[in-house]
Amino acid sequence: NLFEQFQEVANTYFLFLLILQLIPQISSLSWFTTIVPLVLVLTITAVKDATDDYFRHKSDNQVNNRQSQVLISGVLQQEQWMNVRVGDIIKLENNQFVAADLLLLSSSEPHGLCYIETAELDGWTNTKVRQAIPVTSELADTGRLAGFDGEVICEPPNNKLDKFGGTLYWKESKYPLSNQNMLLRGCVLRNTEWCFGLVIFAGPDTKLMQNSGRTKFKRTSIDRLMNTLVLWIFGFLVCMGVILAIGNAIWEHEVGVCFQMYLPWDEGVHSAFFSGFLSFWSYIIILNTVVPISLYVSVEVIRLGHSYFINWDKKMYCAKRHTAAEARTTTLNEELGQVEYIFSDKTGTLTQNIMVFSKCSVNGHSYGDVQDVLGPKAELGERPEPVDFSFNALADPRFQFWDPSLLEAIKLGDPHVQEFFRLLSLCHTVMSEEKTEGELYYKAQSPDEGALVTAARNFGFVFRSRTPKTITVQELGADITYQLLAILDFNHIRKRMSVIVRSPEGRIRLYCKGADTILLERLHPINQDLSSVTSDHLNEFAGEGLRTLVLAYRDLEQSYYEEWSKRLRQASSAREAREDRMAQLYEEVEQDMMLLGATAIEDKLQQGVPETIAILTLANIKIWVLTGDKQETAVNIGYSCKMLTDDMTEVFMVTGHTVLEVREELSAAVWGSMHGSGCIPTSLCGSGCMGLPAQLRLHPQHPLLSPQAHALEADMEVEFLETACACKAVICCRVTPLQKAQVVELVKKYKRAVTLAIGDGANDVSMIKTAHIGVGISGQEGIQAVLASDYSFSQFKFLQRLLLVHGRWSYLRMCKFLCYFFYKNFAFTMVHFWFGFFCGFSAQTVYDQYFITLYNIVYTSLPVLAMGVFDQDVPEQRSMEYPKLYEPGQLNLLFNKREFFICIAQGIYTSVLMFFIPYGVFADATRDDGAQLADYQSFAITVATSLVIVVSVQIGLDTGFWTAINHFFIWGSLAAYFAILFAMHSDGLFHMFPNQFRFVGTAQNTLAQPAVWLTIALTTVVCIMPVVAFRFLKLDLKPELSDTVRYTQLVRKKQKSQHRCRRHTGHVGSHRSGYAFAHQEGFGELIMSGRNMRLSSLALSSFTPRPSTGWIETLRRKKGSDGSAAGSPGSATGKSLKV
Amino acid sequence: MKNKMSFLQQEGEACPSRCPDNSAFRQQRLPAWKPQFTITAVLSTFFLTGMFCLSVGVCLILSANSIREIQIDYSDKCSDCSKLRENSSNWNKECLCSVNFTLKEDILGDVFMYYGLQNFYQNHRRYAISRSDAQLLGQNVNNSYCAPFTTYQNGTPMAPCGAIANSMFNDTFDLFYNLNSSVTQVPLLKTGNSWWTDKNVKFRNPKSYNLSSAFAGTSRPPYWQKPVYLLDEEDERNNGYINDDFIIWMRVSAFATFRNLYRRVRRIRQFADGLPAGNYTFHISYNFPVTKFKARKHVILSTVVWSGGSNPFLGIAYVISGTAATLAGFVITAIHLKLRKRKTYFQK
Repeated sequence: NLFEQFQEVANTYFLFLLILQLIPQISSLSWFTTIVPLVLVLTITAVKDATDDYFRHKSDNQVNNRQSQVLISGVLQQEQWMNVRVGDIIKLENNQFVAADLLLLSSSEPHGLCYIETAELDGWTNTKVRQAIPVTSELADTGRLAGFDGEVICEPPNNKLDKFGGTLYWKESKYPLSNQNMLLRGCVLRNTEWCFGLVIFAGPDTKLMQNSGRTKFKRTSIDRLMNTLVLWIFGFLVCMGVILAIGNAIWEHEVGVCFQMYLPWDEGVHSAFFSGFLSFWSYIIILNTVVPISLYVSVEVIRLGHSYFINWDKKMYCAKRHTAAEARTTTLNEELGQVEYIFSDKTGTLTQNIMVFSKCSVNGHSYGDVQDVLGPKAELGERPEPVDFSFNALADPRFQFWDPSLLEAIKLGDPHVQEFFRLLSLCHTVMSEEKTEGELYYKAQSPDEGALVTAARNFGFVFRSRTPKTITVQELGADITYQLLAILDFNHIRKRMSVIVRSPEGRIRLYCKGADTILLERLHPINQDLSSVTSDHLNEFAGEGLRTLVLAYRDLEQSYYEEWSKRLRQASSAREAREDRMAQLYEEVEQDMMLLGATAIEDKLQQGVPETIAILTLANIKIWVLTGDKQETAVNIGYSCKMLTDDMTEVFMVTGHTVLEVREELSAAVWGSMHGSGCIPTSLCGSGCMGLPAQLRLHPQHPLLSPQAHALEADMEVEFLETACACKAVICCRVTPLQKAQVVELVKKYKRAVTLAIGDGANDVSMIKTAHIGVGISGQEGIQAVLASDYSFSQFKFLQRLLLVHGRWSYLRMCKFLCYFFYKNFAFTMVHFWFGFFCGFSAQTVYDQYFITLYNIVYTSLPVLAMGVFDQDVPEQRSMEYPKLYEPGQLNLLFNKREFFICIAQGIYTSVLMFFIPYGVFADATRDDGAQLADYQSFAITVATSLVIVVSVQIGLDTGFWTAINHFFIWGSLAAYFAILFAMHSDGLFHMFPNQFRFVGTAQNTLAQPAVWLTIALTTVVCIMPVVAFRFLKLDLKPELSDTVRYTQLVRKKQKSQHRCRRHTGHVGSHRSGYAFAHQEGFGELIMSGRNMRLSSLALSSFTPRPSTGWIETLRRKKGSDGSAAGSPGSATGKSLKV
Repeated sequence: MKNKMSFLQQEGEACPSRCPDNSAFRQQRLPAWKPQFTITAVLSTFFLTGMFCLSVGVCLILSANSIREIQIDYSDKCSDCSKLRENSSNWNKECLCSVNFTLKEDILGDVFMYYGLQNFYQNHRRYAISRSDAQLLGQNVNNSYCAPFTTYQNGTPMAPCGAIANSMFNDTFDLFYNLNSSVTQVPLLKTGNSWWTDKNVKFRNPKSYNLSSAFAGTSRPPYWQKPVYLLDEEDERNNGYINDDFIIWMRVSAFATFRNLYRRVRRIRQFADGLPAGNYTFHISYNFPVTKFKARKHVILSTVVWSGGSNPFLGIAYVISGTAATLAGFVITAIHLKLRKRKTYFQK
């Protein structure tokens, strides 16, 4: 990649210098002074790039070489993912990733049904159903599939996850295709043994890849600053060149002309002006070292070192998943120390996507709190033994519950508790599968429901099987079959679902579970006392961030039910307003219910999430959660990971459905924050700021007019951003992958802040790629996010270490490195400039050419590299304890233009002393043996030696953390300087190349003079002492936080405990609903229709087909409305696929 | 089979392959020295440095005061000669000029005689590179390092070549001591004035049975009055390239104003203790034209001390920086006591 190398401006510049040096009239330095560093730099860069490429290929191959079964000439063969072509037929098995966008042809389930989980794709946690079109669902064996020769015409590849339009032509008939028939890449097959699919889009055409945005080459802000500075320095170089060239022209005109008897002008030089022109180029060559050639490569080396430290960090290694943190890009490390905004995905990043039944409240009694048993809150490590479910043969061994009193209540036969669990085992849409006796598998549509039914199962109310008309439950060992009369399905307006069952005794009962806000209003008045107790419990649960549901039942009279069901049948067969009429009937029957209790499900967070968020917030990093999941769920997570707290009094929600509404809401919020209290919302004193928008949620509900989409429209961007930034916590719900990227882009564009995006799934790829830094959660099944990311690790909590420790150090080291680097090059080069005034502006160098060659690459490179790699200002524990230490990075305080000019000024100051002190000493000086001292070579050595010593002392001052390696490099560099000096000035080399090593004997002679050493000592003292004085005074008068932390290291404070205390703050005043239920409408209908039941289980039940408006319609419609902004529908210009 | 399984398991438990090493280096926990700017360290640095600089400065000034130096600018005193030299056609006409001076007191110790040039740019880049060290090492190589004084137009190479050699300073000085109208020539040493490495390593004559044959086929540089093998006809070991005057001239100066060692006073007879007080006369053979580029020529007599010649700069600079460091130390103390901020950090 030599070509790429030279594309970089810097390298072109050095090539240009090299060409200049080949012109003899101009060449003021030997050719090797430029080419040796250049070759070295290019070699190191090339080696580094080659290794980078190699590792990238390796990880790409990991994905590309995943196996999938492809049907080739009637036989299933293993193929690598990268060889999957459009038109192939692929067999997928349960829990496999879908390799490409597939048209579902057939599956193991009846009617070509197939369940998928799309968390990777859109972040939704529930399972979705897909169905093959009827004609192909018969093709269940390889032989018949091989004969399939349909032709698909479909829309061109696009990024709309929820839309697909196409037509299948097969056997001379047309079949319309929709998204309902598609399996998109990135989904995982669930609860389905196998299925066959036809590849429609593969590789980059898949919707997933279309959604992932373009890969951009990321540069850090320091990089950009560095480029600007290099340009400035270049301008400065040209200025110096011009000054010296003018000087040369004047000198040649005044003096040089007369001096021609001893030194005639070069051939071709006839005027002082032309001589000045030549000397301009000569000076450009000599002074080129101000634009440090080794800067870029040194920066790369340092970043590489930091990346290795990240990879090696044992504290970022997850033993459970056997994955260490990985820095996948090695060019962004110092940016980690400047992050201001974190955009986090929810599912899989903050949460584990595991639902656990953790608490419940039955008949006014709260169960599940460990505290109740042990008194004071038990430490995490000393949890009591989980409840023993061994009495129940059908119990799920993975289920754990900590409060034995609930089980005792069941065993004692508490009717309320029994009814509570009976409800849980009856009122749901879970499908069961019992492969062998006692081995039950539940296929839950949402993990919440799975958790509830599993809980009931373990407490002795085992849901065993269902038919469209019956549900069989084993209640405390006895099988009881209930007649299922109706499922009043869930939807997001009703926020509840009910079943009506007839018990074997003939009693008809309605069981209902749903959101507390809805259900508590529909209770029978006699429940008032119970309801208030329960709602206290609910508040408690909600305060802990648990997802709550309220359970209730109602006994129905036989006659009432019959009359009601008749009306329901009428309504469902109605042509018009069927939905509304049914909803009304549902309303009617779900009245006057008796409260049973409430459940609380824990959406298990990843380890250490609340603590991490708390620390990062203290470090003044703003965390935004962007999730594809729904509002309730997202808010719940917000509470459980302490992003939202109860003292955030005003929760601001964007709920408008149209552009106008959203605009109004946004501007109202902005106004509110401006005039409400005058308090700046970024401050941490949350509770004091009344009337502040504390939270912003965006949730589109209306199908096409989603506020989120509007909020991202060009003219609303700024308002949206202002509002969001005024908020303490921002949660965006229902965002598509591309919108995530848009939000990130918005902040990047208007806030000019460093952004970091963290996610685990394919739906986060776009935002990971857009943000300055992308972090992928690794160690899970999906690898897309990791591949797109710059850093990856397996736990969200490692983020704090990545930012506060590694990022902070990286930034600090990089800044110190850059400051020193510019300093040393200016100190080195500017001496030539001053010397120019004393040598007739003839482009004479001050130093030996070998010194010029080696200064940057040998004498001064390693100590500063060691500092750049190893330096630490405060130990890692301190940067966790004092998150405020992170702020200098965000404000970019350690290296900016001001700091740069300070470095430059220091460099110039040093160079002035470096030249004029020896100048003063050497004028008219003689040695102690009377011989001349003021010869050019002695002067060169004196200046060079004092320069090396001064910059070494300076690096010693800059190094705050002297490891053995620093010692070795600093002392080693000095030793190397003297060793090389004496070697270069030795007799042997001179006898071999007399014209190259002209300095023979100078070192021995000059460095034996006390006057020379006194000069060097004086130069060092005068260069260094002011620096020491300034540094000390700055430290003394305006100490940085890191300085004071260093001072107080011994004074240990009890600050560690602070973060923990927050865990158990009271939840007084939390009056919000903890309701959240990852559920989707349509499954009730699906079950009642029996279409997803296996034939075997259907055989006994009387199968009555439902009216024409089928469940699949409902599912599809629901699907469409849940999604956000759908684009213009006219995009279906044909793309033909031949099969 | 079973054994293998358990073995693998054990291995997996003991050392998960991807787990990073727990070495201090990889975990960035290397033991390290963490220097800090404490008030004691800083103040002691300043006061110690100040003391050191002051004492060195005082020593330097005291010893420099003992140096005796006579510097005579003869560019004007020999104006006739300089006018003569302005016309280059008179290059082979001799011009003598004498300068008188009086020593009021004795100059004791070794006395060195220098010639000094002002405004002579020996450090000009093109001048300073115009030499061939290979030639001066006695290697008979033709090379281009000497431009523009490499060869004559007929192809005869110059020996020595290059602008430096060509412009060699060729005034000669003789010092006479006038005591009671009797004139004694002060005995001068013309060897041992250059660096040992220059004389014995860097400069070698070409090998041949005698010196003139060694330089056969070459000719003297254009401005020279005699060929290189006649630089010192009396002393074989001071002739040709290893002539001390030549060697000293070839070591180019760092600045346009410089002095080169010309002779040392030989300490015999009445000059055994140095130069006694009295009247002296320099007899100068004025050959080196400098008026064209406004250069000036000096002849200097000087003694040396341990720190070298008579340059007061170093001593004064040391005294100044020593004083500054000490004062800074006091200022820092004052600022520290008055204005320091609290140094412990309490988290809000």
